[in-house]
Amino acid sequence: MAAQTRPKRPIRWHIGVFLAPAVLVYTAIMILPLAGTLQLSLFRNIEQHQVFVGFDNFRTLFGDPNWSVNFWNALRNNVWFFIIHMLVQNPIGVLLAALLSSPRLRFAAFYRTAIFVPTILSFVIVGFAWKLILSPIWGVAPHLLDFVGLKSLFTPWLGKEQYALTALSLVSVWQFIGIPMMLIYAALLSIPDEVIEAAECDGVTGMAQFWKIKLPLILPSIGIISILTFVGNFNAFDLIYTAQGALAGPNYSTDILGTFLYRAFFGFQLQVGDPNMGAAIATMMFLIILAGVCVYLFLVQTRLRRYQF
Amino acid sequence: MSLATRSLPRTIGAHAVLLTYTAIALFPVILVIMNSFKSRAGIFGAPLTPPTPKTFDLIGYTTVIGQGDFLHYFQNSLVVTVASLFFVLLFGAMAAFALSEYRFRGNTMMGLYLALGIMIPIRLGTVAILQLMVASGLVNTLTALILVYTAQGLPLAIFILSEFMKQVSDDLKNAGRIDGLSEYTIFFRLVLPLVRPSMATVAVFTMIPIWNDLWFPLILAPSEETKTVTLGAQLFLGQFVTNWNAILAALSLAILPVLILYVIFSRQLIRGITSGAVK
Repeated sequence: MAAQTRPKRPIRWHIGVFLAPAVLVYTAIMILPLAGTLQLSLFRNIEQHQVFVGFDNFRTLFGDPNWSVNFWNALRNNVWFFIIHMLVQNPIGVLLAALLSSPRLRFAAFYRTAIFVPTILSFVIVGFAWKLILSPIWGVAPHLLDFVGLKSLFTPWLGKEQYALTALSLVSVWQFIGIPMMLIYAALLSIPDEVIEAAECDGVTGMAQFWKIKLPLILPSIGIISILTFVGNFNAFDLIYTAQGALAGPNYSTDILGTFLYRAFFGFQLQVGDPNMGAAIATMMFLIILAGVCVYLFLVQTRLRRYQF
Repeated sequence: MSLATRSLPRTIGAHAVLLTYTAIALFPVILVIMNSFKSRAGIFGAPLTPPTPKTFDLIGYTTVIGQGDFLHYFQNSLVVTVASLFFVLLFGAMAAFALSEYRFRGNTMMGLYLALGIMIPIRLGTVAILQLMVASGLVNTLTALILVYTAQGLPLAIFILSEFMKQVSDDLKNAGRIDGLSEYTIFFRLVLPLVRPSMATVAVFTMIPIWNDLWFPLILAPSEETKTVTLGAQLFLGQFVTNWNAILAALSLAILPVLILYVIFSRQLIRGITSGAVK
């Protein structure tokens, strides 16, 4: 920073000038509010004064059934949301990328562009469009199931407690599949031809080639998409909010940490918004994401060998 | 390539899978756009067929354009996105240049500090951001959104741009120095033009989440004056739950600009991703 470089070498003012705007905006709008939020979670508003209460907000969050039931429910749902992404989104993404990267595939650019389209759409569009499609009133979903003779399987998925979260997770998978696909595709393209040719000389082709040669080489990218998915999922809010509203119905069955934070912070219906409890929930989300990132950085990334070509 | 990778059944299989998935990806978008041009009877009677002269109807669009103040929302979104993009690119490039060009004490630490924001979402600081904006009187202004999005976009922009700036030849910059150019001139005249392609990549990456964001407009700028198109569409859709023509038309209007921009820039975006910028 400017302050550090100034005393010794007065000539290099420009480093400070180059860094200052970014560092100032980033610190003021991102780091300080983040720290401020963590700090707020230790205070409570008592008679219009912020009073330091230590970990009382967290005790309320975990101990008071009014809060803890919702919190654990949101966390459980969020974990399920993440599991669906890991089990559906990433394998399909890898599969699509593997197919796309096969040599001399025609129309590859078209497929790539088309499959990425949902990723650029806003949650509002995605949430609503799927709400309409899955709606029993419109009848598109039962109509389509009828084509394959599975009409009996149709139920209003978004309206049933046991299906709603899974249905929404799959909508989210539909939306974001482009990201793992592109990152893995990039990783596959960067595998040098010599490696592939060497494998072919040894008679390793087709599926075996994918499992034994390519997959180990793209493991670092799979690690990256996993942590990106983790951070994105535990921070998700928009899709649930647009499809099911802040109450994350039916009966909180689609409530995740993002919507829970929103309700705690702003209040809804009869409950008054409470910034301090909101901050406590945001702190928990911060700790969860931080734990995930640390696991990735210290356990996963260091074990994965990066191949330099 | 060996015969095995080019065999006919394998190619057909690959195309079948990719075509199926392309259909899944595009189906909802096409369905919505197609039905937005139909009358109510057409929407419910035959949702899967394209509009015929009999079912063609623009009632949805006339409702939306008559009711919602979409043009204004659109303008807000445009101002916010363009301004944030400008600051992210300018400040990001400057910081990336400082980090990649000069050696100074704390360089690595500064790089790590700025990279923190890639992993930790800015949303978690919302409670304090709102207090900050209330304290500085910026609630319900577009400035608040621009500031937040600038901060949100900077970490990734700095990270990607500094990777690219390291590749700019030292000889060129040193030649400039010998010719007596100031560091600022070197940055603006020599380096910036050379990293222009990577700036475009960063621009696309920064732009999409800003344009589509719902959280911050909802919290920081929900007033009628400052609504963005995403928030406007959300509220509008809530009001017209039973007017399917209007909903489908509004959705189509929200999809089309992004889709057109995407088709224009998709080459750039995909080249950016596959060039290893975010590996």
